[in-house]
Amino acid sequence: MSEEKKQQVSRRQFLNYTLMGVGGFMAAGLLISPVRMAIDPVLKSGEGGGLANVGIAVDEITNEPTRIDWSVDQVDGWYESQVSRSAWVFKDENDEIVAFSPVCKHLGCVVSWEGSEKYPNEFFCPCHDGRYYKNGVNVPGTPPLTPLDEYEMEIKDGMLFLGDPKPHREA
Amino acid sequence: MLQKIYDWIDERIDLQPIWRDIADHEVPEHVNPAHHFSAFVYCFGGLTFFVVVIQILSGMFLTMYYVPDIENAWRSVYYLQTEVAHAQIVRGMHHWGASVVIVMLLLHTLRVFFQGAYKKPRELNWMVGVLLFFVMLGLGFTGYLLPWDNKAFFATQVGLEMAQQVPFIGEQLKILLAGDASIVGAQTLTRFFAIHVFFLPAALFALLAVHFILIRRQGISGPL
Repeated sequence: MSEEKKQQVSRRQFLNYTLMGVGGFMAAGLLISPVRMAIDPVLKSGEGGGLANVGIAVDEITNEPTRIDWSVDQVDGWYESQVSRSAWVFKDENDEIVAFSPVCKHLGCVVSWEGSEKYPNEFFCPCHDGRYYKNGVNVPGTPPLTPLDEYEMEIKDGMLFLGDPKPHREA
Repeated sequence: MLQKIYDWIDERIDLQPIWRDIADHEVPEHVNPAHHFSAFVYCFGGLTFFVVVIQILSGMFLTMYYVPDIENAWRSVYYLQTEVAHAQIVRGMHHWGASVVIVMLLLHTLRVFFQGAYKKPRELNWMVGVLLFFVMLGLGFTGYLLPWDNKAFFATQVGLEMAQQVPFIGEQLKILLAGDASIVGAQTLTRFFAIHVFFLPAALFALLAVHFILIRRQGISGPL
């Protein structure tokens, strides 16, 4: 009899379990919606923006990297605005058009073509002397660890259209 | 695991007396609904506090999406209502809770009043309770403006006119609330936001602490 009793749930345990169960249920019911709402941005799939006409004809693009600025419509929650974007655009040795994002892969400063007189024929980042060859690949021994991002691109009616920056094809 | 963490802390700072102080107290028979069902009237204070907790939680999460700016306030509310998962529920909790909390508060007040539980030595706690009531009404009034829709705007317009009727200092009081002598606009909204999420909650916490400490010190009033 007494051995059987040991197997049973004691009054204290039973009360503990019910109280924790009810308390947990109430807390969960209270918190599920707020937490789901808070983490919504993480769970939302980011839809990539479309391609935008950057206002330069393909014929105008030379072998010399040129900085191009354009703006795209951005929807940021309840706020819609135009944000500016830039790219370094040129034709490489195979006459293919390349558009690099100017954002340094080290810490996100803005790189310029031949931005330093000391390093001709390279992209240069003034913040920590990061350098990239003309093909966008980072110079070993300088801060950046990966090549510059490349813009998605399309050519329509002889005009250049650029989309979102994507990792370099050699990265 | 949890037990181990608890033991580790308990060994160093002796936790037991702390939670004993909070959790271990007598519940007299006359306030226990298991003994007398009519004792459920004693629940209204606790229920008021429970709804307040809901208001604080849902409000904290709502500020993740809300901006107190006349250009964007309504749009941010519309955005969270239509685009953010579960945000409609969270705003619903805050919206309905705001009404429920006043109902619970009134029921609690009525119970204390009709049982005469406010009488000596508990007059001080009654006064603190009345202040809590005003703070709660203030929270309702200031929160009403925040969605910045037509209803909110004109309700606040009327509320400010009421403030203006106060003898002698009415005009100043209205300007203090609205942030401008004639416009109900950008400055009013930021003021109401600040009052709603910082000033009044701070007052609420302080008063609640006093309210609870006094109950604990004086005990629940005796049976009728």
